[in-house]
Amino acid sequence: MDLKEKLISSFMAFEEQLDLSSEVHNIRSKSFDHFEKIGFPTKRDEAWKYTSLERLLKNDYSIFPKKENTIELKDVKKYFLYDLDTYKIVFIDGVYSPFLSDTTHDGIDVCLLSAALSKSKYKKIIDKYFNQITLKEDSLTSLNTSFTKEGAYVFIPKSTVAEKPIQIIHFATGKQGSMLLQPRNLIVVEDNAQVQIIERHQSLKNHEVLTNSVTEIFANERSNIDYYKIQNDFSESSLIDNTYISQKHNSNVKVHTFSFGGKLIRNNLNFYHKGENIESTMKGITIIGEKQHVDHYTLVHHAKPNCNSYQDYKGILSDRAVGVFNGKILVDKIAQKTNAFQQNNNILIDNNATINTKPQLEIFADDVKCSHGCTIGQLNNDALFYLRSRGIPKKEAKALLTYAFANNVLESVKIPAVKARINSLIAKKLGVNLVHDL
Amino acid sequence: MLIINNLHASVDGKEILKGINLQVNPGEVHAIMGPNGSGKSTFASVISGNEDYKLTKGEIFFEDNDLLELNPEARAHLGVFLSFQYPVEIPGVTVTNFIKTAINASRKAKGIKDMPAAEMLKKIREKASLLDINSKFLSRSLNEGFSGGEKKRNEVFQMAMLEPKLAILDETDSGLDIDALKIVANGVNKLKSKENAVIVITHYQRLLEYIIPDFVHVILEGKIVKSGSKELAHQLEAKGYDWIKKELS
Repeated sequence: MDLKEKLISSFMAFEEQLDLSSEVHNIRSKSFDHFEKIGFPTKRDEAWKYTSLERLLKNDYSIFPKKENTIELKDVKKYFLYDLDTYKIVFIDGVYSPFLSDTTHDGIDVCLLSAALSKSKYKKIIDKYFNQITLKEDSLTSLNTSFTKEGAYVFIPKSTVAEKPIQIIHFATGKQGSMLLQPRNLIVVEDNAQVQIIERHQSLKNHEVLTNSVTEIFANERSNIDYYKIQNDFSESSLIDNTYISQKHNSNVKVHTFSFGGKLIRNNLNFYHKGENIESTMKGITIIGEKQHVDHYTLVHHAKPNCNSYQDYKGILSDRAVGVFNGKILVDKIAQKTNAFQQNNNILIDNNATINTKPQLEIFADDVKCSHGCTIGQLNNDALFYLRSRGIPKKEAKALLTYAFANNVLESVKIPAVKARINSLIAKKLGVNLVHDL
Repeated sequence: MLIINNLHASVDGKEILKGINLQVNPGEVHAIMGPNGSGKSTFASVISGNEDYKLTKGEIFFEDNDLLELNPEARAHLGVFLSFQYPVEIPGVTVTNFIKTAINASRKAKGIKDMPAAEMLKKIREKASLLDINSKFLSRSLNEGFSGGEKKRNEVFQMAMLEPKLAILDETDSGLDIDALKIVANGVNKLKSKENAVIVITHYQRLLEYIIPDFVHVILEGKIVKSGSKELAHQLEAKGYDWIKKELS
């Protein structure tokens, strides 16, 4: 039985546990009908030209966890930002772990989507926001929507600043072999509110796990959201991250994506502008080797005047790694005075590494500033000699230059603990011990 | 300290150095002068280990170490320093962090622990003031957007921090106005001692007014063709290099 057939029978089994009369279930079944019709994307789809799911889809994934798996804090502590005081929503093989989590309903809601979907007090919010900005024609998003069950629910009411950052962590234990995980997150930030979120998907041993995650983020007027994605998984773990962000007047949303590990990672990051004077920032550092594959697929839809978007992605690829950057900027006719900046710079460390980079600008307004640039290069030999002549060993010198190449992406990271963690992950990834705060 | 015998080097199959012999002892200042393209910078690069050059013949010993067996970082750890003619711009690495990394790399190679932060800071302040460098400058990216003078001052600042046994100054005077030249020369002179040596590579006699050489060597077409005292530099200034060429032929 192929994966699609398995999903069809699983969906029928899934429906037996659900309240079929709810509006959410109506959305689920419509989405499933759509998925059933179009199936998984293939390389024939323009958006998947450089990334093939074919091999991944051949695995025999279990769709639901067979039992609840527990893990001990000491085994997973390193995946948390533990010295940082945060709210935490933690899942183990798709199931909420109250023991590892630290949720709240005090002023803000940091809790479970399953609770928000079932309890009447959240109904208004769910009706207003759930599945409102997802791309209905996208097959993987539809698949996730149809199996919507669990994930993080964050609600920051009007004029409230979340006092602590929120960590959303999805662990995959590997205790029952290959797994397909489909977390669904909903983040609603009301007018004048602020929040910082750190998201991570992490396997606990090297096994085949495919995570197909969907996150909807609503940034209402004058809201401020800082979102960090840390992707540093084992070599058999794959992630398809579908993030949809809707922004209203004067809101500011920044998403940083740090992709350091995993078998295949696809980041679909979509920004939709629903007001004026919006700031959208997308930044990323990708450092991969071996046969890893990381694909950043961004979209910014400038649909209103006077908005800015800023994209800066750096890639460092070695061995036979493959990187993809596809950045689409759509500027509607009405969106005058748009400022859209896009930059993708790459260093190929080895001859067999590959980068496919494709800016896609569709501009229908005439008074706009849009720029894009991509570079592919290697480390500068003169610079390398300069550092070595000062006594810095070759390996460290290479790492220092690589770090220097990527480091301006970190300037906008506002949480020092996140910056420190990323710095140490980069150092580890580059195989050096960078003792100084470079 | 430094003994060079019959050194031949080529780049892209073209021979640039055609048999250089030189001996430098502790406490000495040697000037190497010559017109453009005579092989001065190649000579400096080869001593510090630039792998772009192919050594075809000859040997270089530094305090009984065979330098040709050592990579650039190992040479630096022994105390060889090159002040670059064209220092490379390295965005994203500040002057301070670069020098900290360099100092601690050398210490590590010698089995010494990292320099304590307070001591490092004190040393940085001290050496920066010697070269009239302000703290803003130190937090800028290495050489990025630096003027010619700032780049050279930064080179000598690194020299002051690393305290090499042998410093090779490759055209450190080019791009400097007279005030900057004095500051740089003053910096070099303050670092001079009986234990260390300096090789000044230059086109003009100007820098040698401030850094007084014990020996002057003239390099022409990849060979040292004449050596003498500082008077030789004056003669070159007055008569140009053609005079030596004529004398040779």
